[in-house]
Amino acid sequence: MTPLAALDPAGAAVGLLYILAFSLFIYGIKLGTHPTTARRGNGLAALGMAIAVATTLAQKGIGNWGIIIAGIVIGSLIGAFASKRVKMTEMPQMVALYNGLGGGAIALIAWAEYRHWVNGENLSFTGSVPPDVLIPTLLAMVVGSISFWGSNVAFAKLQELIPSQPMGLPGQKLINGALLLVLLAGGVYLGINNDLADLSQPVFIGMLLVAAVLGTMVVMPIGGADMPVVISLLNAFTGLSAAAAGIALDNTALIVGGTLVGSSGTILTLEMATAMNRSVPSVLFAGFGSPVAGAGGDQEQRPHQSMGAQDAAIQLAYADSVVIVPGYGLAVAQAQHAVREMADELEKRGVRVEYAIHPVAGRMPGHMNVLLAEADVPYEKLREMDDINPELPQTDVCVVIGANDVTNPAAKTDESSPIYGMPIIEAGEAQQCLVLKRSMSPGFAGIDNDLFYDPKTSMVFGDAKAIVSEIVQELGKL
Amino acid sequence: MDLVTEITILALAAFVGFEVISKVPATLHTPLMSQTNAIHGIVLLGGLIVVGYADSTLDEVIGFVAILFGTINIVGGFMVTDRMLEMFGTKKKKKPPATAEPAGAEAAAGEAPGTPAGDSK
Repeated sequence: MTPLAALDPAGAAVGLLYILAFSLFIYGIKLGTHPTTARRGNGLAALGMAIAVATTLAQKGIGNWGIIIAGIVIGSLIGAFASKRVKMTEMPQMVALYNGLGGGAIALIAWAEYRHWVNGENLSFTGSVPPDVLIPTLLAMVVGSISFWGSNVAFAKLQELIPSQPMGLPGQKLINGALLLVLLAGGVYLGINNDLADLSQPVFIGMLLVAAVLGTMVVMPIGGADMPVVISLLNAFTGLSAAAAGIALDNTALIVGGTLVGSSGTILTLEMATAMNRSVPSVLFAGFGSPVAGAGGDQEQRPHQSMGAQDAAIQLAYADSVVIVPGYGLAVAQAQHAVREMADELEKRGVRVEYAIHPVAGRMPGHMNVLLAEADVPYEKLREMDDINPELPQTDVCVVIGANDVTNPAAKTDESSPIYGMPIIEAGEAQQCLVLKRSMSPGFAGIDNDLFYDPKTSMVFGDAKAIVSEIVQELGKL
Repeated sequence: MDLVTEITILALAAFVGFEVISKVPATLHTPLMSQTNAIHGIVLLGGLIVVGYADSTLDEVIGFVAILFGTINIVGGFMVTDRMLEMFGTKKKKKPPATAEPAGAEAAAGEAPGTPAGDSK
């Protein structure tokens, strides 16, 4: 079908080694279901990758060794350096960037493959690019290009190179729809006129550029809080584009590898969307900025209680059980180490300390767990939402640090609330609740949080890291 | 290989992927994502193939960039995943020297499953 198949006498051996490679990917991911085996799983997946790369390099028809060696050596250096330097708070950016690199690579490979068909001798004996090469190639190119540019925008937003607020043009949906139509039209044109070597190249490049604009336009209007969904979705896209490229190139390792990434991205996208009570289309086609019924207007000042670090320390020290609810505010304030110290201090006094992690507590799926693991919090203490909610009524003190919407009881009680139906950590169910927060201002969704006004709740105002460190000091004095 | 066979492979891989990945706990979702980033680096194979029949400077540049991007994904993805998972595994180490020794031993192109020091259990 493609030249690769033709110049591949040892095809069976290659195919078998590819099976070994992607089996190791799957087994590696399977070991990733538990923290104690996950690291070995990652190593096995890496071994699978080494086998896949070595197998490919041993094939006939692989040439231009100078380019291959230069690319692999420089790429390895950059990758190794970046992986040592990146901070754990920056993981969302890094994953976004890697999504982008993967998508970009796919778009380029699709382009090269297309050029090969149109310019090369293949065309002379087939007369045209066969549809089973053309369709996956175009799909890989379009989705790869969208992922590349979309991921770059997501990266820029997360890295705060551009404002993370939703930014859109009026009539954005119409523009995006029109761009999509142009891409379809381009695809149909190339499908019909697939033997016109002189015109098909410019059309192909045009589609590459239109997809680039579309990728940028789709992610630009999405706000910072929706990033967990967007990153997961772009992850799914890059996976699909790789699978499409695998079909175009007749490469089973690419098909399976790409599909695995696509599955993972799809699962995470759906989980994140559920955890935020949003549908995927609503994330893509509307910013959170769409008028939130003025519900969050800070019109009347409702009474609330507040206390200082000293009182907070006393309350914590005399509790039997404490559950910490970390939110993104904790990560922003880099307070995870201070929180660990506080937990250590409390545990010395025989207090049982656990952490309740909401699925969207960070800027990407599972982000908060990594930040706490970095601060040496043992993973057994990290409890998932559904797991810990039933235990909260028996908890003495629940400490909410830099989290807001994910604890808002309105999600369960107030049908008119925009977050109604969103799963929450039921901090209000605990005997007492401490909320560490800068001010009474509503959260990202602009919704007032009834938890703050609950008689069992005390607010402790200030920067998360500063207050927690103060509480640690006060605990030391007790 | 015909198209239908390839789509069959894709469909089966999707089912296996969904089955296995849906069992990964939320705690490990970030390492899962960076690991799938690395697996996505399989696009390197595509780069290696197309650069093999590059016959113009443009094709060579395209191939080079694709290989570069793919390799960054593979090496960076697996190494950073290893770094994260090492933190999940080190629960019982009694305050070692704060400067954690460089994670794993991955050399170029993501070889070496990194002597799994994580089995401290």
